[in-house]
Order: sequence, then C-alpha cells, then structure tokens
Amino acid sequence: MNNGSYSRLQQVLSKGDFAVTAECGPPRGTDAGIIQKKCSLLKDCVDAVNVTDNQTAIVRMSSIAACVHLLQNGIEPVMQMVTRDRNRIALQSDIMGAFSLGITNILCLTGDHQSFGSQPDALNVFDIDSMNLIHALRDMRDSGTDMSGYKLSEPPKMFIGAAANPFADPFEYRVLRLAKKIDAGVDFIQTQCVYNTKRFWEWIKMARDEGLAEKVHIIAGVTPLKSAAMAKYMAGKVAGMDVPDEIIKRMEGVPKKKAAEEGIKICLETISFLREISDVHGVHIMAIEWEEKVQEIVEAAGLLPRPQLT
Amino acid sequence: MIVGEQKTIAEIKEIIAPYSRVLVLGCGTCVKTCFAGGEDEVATLTSALRLAYNKDAKQISLEEFTVERQCEDEFIQEASAAISRNDAVLSLACGAGVQAIAKRFYKVPVLPGVNTTFIGMLEKHGLFTEECLGCGDCKLAVFGGICPIARCSKKLLNGPCGGSQNGTCEVDPETECAWQIIIERLTSLKQLDNLKKYIAPKDWRSSNAGGPRKLVREDHII
Ligand code: SF4
Ligand code: SF4
Repeated sequence: MNNGSYSRLQQVLSKGDFAVTAECGPPRGTDAGIIQKKCSLLKDCVDAVNVTDNQTAIVRMSSIAACVHLLQNGIEPVMQMVTRDRNRIALQSDIMGAFSLGITNILCLTGDHQSFGSQPDALNVFDIDSMNLIHALRDMRDSGTDMSGYKLSEPPKMFIGAAANPFADPFEYRVLRLAKKIDAGVDFIQTQCVYNTKRFWEWIKMARDEGLAEKVHIIAGVTPLKSAAMAKYMAGKVAGMDVPDEIIKRMEGVPKKKAAEEGIKICLETISFLREISDVHGVHIMAIEWEEKVQEIVEAAGLLPRPQLT
Repeated sequence: MIVGEQKTIAEIKEIIAPYSRVLVLGCGTCVKTCFAGGEDEVATLTSALRLAYNKDAKQISLEEFTVERQCEDEFIQEASAAISRNDAVLSLACGAGVQAIAKRFYKVPVLPGVNTTFIGMLEKHGLFTEECLGCGDCKLAVFGGICPIARCSKKLLNGPCGGSQNGTCEVDPETECAWQIIIERLTSLKQLDNLKKYIAPKDWRSSNAGGPRKLVREDHII
C-alpha cells in the first residue's frame, strides 16, 4: 500500500477516516449539463466519485472527459479504465493524458464483455488484463517507466484501485486473486455490491487470515434497491451479482409505493454492518441513475459532514 | 482440427449466382470430420442446390469433386481438369483450402461455401468446441492444459473475472468458464501455486497480431 498523497481519497483513507465514494455514469451523448447536475447532487457528501468507462459496454462519453467535468465542478474523480477497448499503447497514453488533466485516482478493470452492450458486433481488445494494468500503473508511478521500460518525464502519480467480487466463483480463488492484485500494486479495492453479508464476511475473514486486509484499503460496494423487480433483475441477470432470496422477499413484502424506502433501509443496514468491520475502510454507493438519494443515504448513515482536508 | 460450418443454401445461391458452371469442391481432411465439406457434404449440397434451382426453373451446371486435402498443392492438382471445365469453384474447404485454390488457379473465381470457425475438437457427437487460437507461444503447461486465450471470453491470464458463476461464463450460460476448469484441474494436479505467480502481459508478436505468419523448416527444404 502506497502512503504518498496523490489524491483526496488517499488522504481520507490514510487518516483512517471511513471513506465514502459514489458513482457517475457519463451520458450517452455530449451534454456536460447532465454531469453537472449529477455533480450538484453528489458534491460535499462524498470524498470521490467513480466515473465509469463505457459501463456494460454501452457507448457513452469517455471516462477521461467526464472526469474533467467532475474536476471543473469541484469533485475528485476516480477514473475507471477497462482493458476491453484499448490495447496497452492506448491505455498508457490515456493514463498520462488523464494525469496531465488532474485525474489522480484510477480503478483498473477488465470490463464487461461487449456482448452485453449496445454494440455486441464490436471487436474487443483484451491485450492485457486488469492485473497487468495495475502492474503497469505501479511501474509508471514508482519507477517512472512505461511498459517498455522507457523513463517518462513527469510520470503519472495516481492512487491505484481495482475491483474485487467476493460473490463470484470459484470462491476459494477470490482471495488468491486479491493477493495477486495487492502484489501487482493496488492501493484500494472497491467491491461488488454487498447484499449477501454472510458471504462478504467470509471473504473478509479469508482476506484477514491471509494477512491481506492490512495491505489494502477495502471499500465495500452498496446499491440501494428501488423495487422488487430490480432486486430480481440483479439476482438473475447481472453477472457476478449475489442478491439473496431474503432480500428479494423483503422488497416484495412491502407495498410498491414503499419499496424504494425499504431499499434504502436495507442499504443503511448494510452500511452499518460494514462499518463494524475494521478491515472495511469505506463504502462505495452505486446509486445507478438515483444520485439524488446519495446525500440522504450518507446523511442517514451518519457519515456527514465529510472530512475537510487541508 | 479446423472446424467449419457450411454456409446456408440461400447464401451459397447468392454467391454462385453470376456463374453457370460451378465445381463444388470438397476436402477430405478437417472439414470432412466436422461434416462441413467432405465428399458426402459435397453430394448433399449439390443435390440440394439442384432441387432449389429446379424449383426456380434456373439452369446451372454443377459438378462434384473432392480432393484429399485442399490446402496442399499436390492434392489440388487432381482437381485441375474439373476446374478447367467450369467457370467458378465453390470450395467447401477451410479458408486455407479456398486460398490454396485461388493461388494455384489464379484465373478461376473461387468462392467459399464454408465458414471456417476455429481450431477445436469433437467434444461429443455433434458438438465441436474451440480449444486453441494458434497464438504461437503455447503456455498450456502453466494452465493445466486448458487454454485461457482461446477459452476465456476475455483472454484473462491472471485469473477469472468477476462474472464467473456456478462454473459458467458471464458471456453465455451455455459456455463453461475456462478459469473454473483451470482452477479445478490445477487443484487436482496439486499445481494451484501456478496461479499465484503474476503473469506478465502476453507478447502477441508470435500471434497473428505480428502480421501473417510463416513457418520455415530448413530441414525440409529440397
Ligand atoms: S496458449 Fe496459444 S498455442 Fe497454446 S492452446 Fe492457447 S492459443 Fe493455442
Ligand atoms: S466468466 Fe470465466 S471464461 Fe468468462 S470471461 Fe470471466 S473468467 Fe473468462
């Protein structure tokens, strides 16, 4: 774990504060006003905001450009970067460009397969995987060299993140993969949405037993459910998602009008469960197209105001 | 073997439409084994086409011929008389076979009748699966004999993605997750430690990314 101070998010985490991050999906078009609106909803209630990179392989405004819009609106971005669409040449070039524009957090991902997206007829790249990308970033930052070993002038100094899915199979291998990401140079981990708290706990315990939890900042993901239908959709259709039956039953058990309220209640219960775990250093609230609820959730969770850094 | 699948009658009719004398040329090697372009398939396709043309009241002459291996000049020669009797060749070989004909008979239009799909195996009757991408630098020793380049939808070399669930790939519930199989196999071989090692970015130069490849065997040059 690197203790430099590259970003606000890193400072919050290294001070030992419980970090709060949110998510912003760029628009399917060029309207920066949409991002500004999301920014006004998220500003001051989170420490940083993830900007997705053509998430679920649907073509959107580029992550880098949207990150710059966030910066202009006073929000620190976490730039997501997938290896699906760019080869190593383009990835490194975009990383340098992003840093030159003031982007200091990055989340390295492989990305959803293009067959899920709006243009399944596209060719994918997958020249390198997310593990290789983490490694490349660490080398760029700490050794100042690109993937060919070339010494860069002013290398990018970024706080390096990656994703982990405690709910995917094969379960036993998940911790081994986390260890590999840490060795490759990851500073923070954002997890898949937690609904199955039991399984999440088992994963944390395994990570702790392997001595991994102390080597990385784990930020647990949550997504408030809007309806029973959404719960069922996530359980059945979203790759790598684990929504237990009892959560679906809870969502079904309330009248439709009250479902959103129940979803937020579940989300708050999950956050308090996560805060009890000393190895969880923050929460990542993915309120997809529901950004207006983030402030309410953070406030109700007792996580406001966010720490002021000097 | 190379696995391929015959094109639909409709597409074949469309591509041979400009010609009135067509040689349907089969290959007795890979495409025979996968029931796409051997002697039997040549016969079945030709009768199906004749039937279709009878219905359309169209006159087209179709001749059948099959060589042992269409990707080798020595065998192709056997078809030269038949080729010269026709205005076009509908080849039921893989892409290499089609191009071998094109190279040898450069004045004759050669049309593909098969979609060449992958290097694979016959997993069970009626099921062929892709196993190798011909990357030119085989690393199966590390992965317990299961290829993550050909069989993982994202070509991941450092472990499964977050979408692997119940042994199936996130891309298609009918497809096994290659990484699930790699992990199971390495576990049973007691070689799971292979996966702890970081695997550096692949050098794709040995693959098709390095441009069309050639293999020179000095010892076989005469
Ligand atoms: S590693 Fe390369 S050569 Fe070996 S099976 Fe996979 S694609 Fe084929
Ligand atoms: S689910 Fe398995 S096979 Fe499919 S992309 Fe992920 S790791 Fe590869």
